[in-house]
Amino acid sequence: MQVTVNGERREIAARTVDALLNELDYESTHVAIAVNFDVLPKSRWADTALRSGDEIEIITPRQGG
Amino acid sequence: MVSFYDREFSSRLLIGTALYPSPKIMQDAIRAAGSQIVTVSLRRETAGGKTGDAFWSLIRELDVTVLPNTAGCKTVREAVTTAKLARELFGTSWIKLEVIADNDTLQPDVVGLVEAAATLIKDGFEVFPYCTEDIGVAMRLVEAGCKVVMPWAAPIGSAKGITNRDALKLLRERLPDITLVVDAGLGAPSHAAQACELGYDAVLLNTAVAKAADPVVMAGAFRLAVEAGHSAYEAGLMEARDFASPSTPVVGTPFWHAVS
Repeated sequence: MQVTVNGERREIAARTVDALLNELDYESTHVAIAVNFDVLPKSRWADTALRSGDEIEIITPRQGG
Repeated sequence: MVSFYDREFSSRLLIGTALYPSPKIMQDAIRAAGSQIVTVSLRRETAGGKTGDAFWSLIRELDVTVLPNTAGCKTVREAVTTAKLARELFGTSWIKLEVIADNDTLQPDVVGLVEAAATLIKDGFEVFPYCTEDIGVAMRLVEAGCKVVMPWAAPIGSAKGITNRDALKLLRERLPDITLVVDAGLGAPSHAAQACELGYDAVLLNTAVAKAADPVVMAGAFRLAVEAGHSAYEAGLMEARDFASPSTPVVGTPFWHAVS
């Protein structure tokens, strides 16, 4: 199905957030996730189902002032 | 000691982590500043990327308290969501809340800021709002539950120093129980000293150190300036006056009253 990941439309096979992180090679990275502006704690990644058209943000720490 | 949401710190210099020439210089500058609180941000990570992990390990080595920010957010929705992402990512309820109104001045959107602050505080966040020096806005932020208020001195990265001293002074007088931090626009250690002389509890800066020819030495200079300014405030500064007043006693001046 088609979703948007970090602003980029892409075709994915994953059906859950956990599976998506695996598919896109994020699994060992320290990230935070929002799906359609809903921030998901890590405890919900495995059972949160993704739907076609979802907008997913995958975020990591960065320099800031 | 300075208090941020009931946590006590000895350093009054909060520092940013961006724009340094290298990761090593960033770490050395933060150590030279003596800062116990550093600001960090969060950004999208490319698939398979490790940029965030590499940066995060540098910060953890410093053993400092992390204050995540919502830099770049332009709407309440973006800022609130970014704050929640930061809470997950950094494991803290602290958030330096920025809602930006204008790209050229990075002027805070004070209307959106108050709304976002109220929303986040209800959700358990401890909010450090980046605001203007407007007393009305500061009072609204305090009403919303902010125990820290962070007015700008001048636009972010402008190095202009304190451009509206009277308004910053009024904020200090009117909000005696709030932790006040001058955030943004400082360019020189003297600017930081001035903020502390006004009674500001701390200053937050980034560019003035990171973009100095020698960031590590400049960080040390800001550290000294903040300490000097705060000591001066505690010592009680004399009031300025319009006319001269001799410091050397007049009585006993040689040739006093001599007819010339």
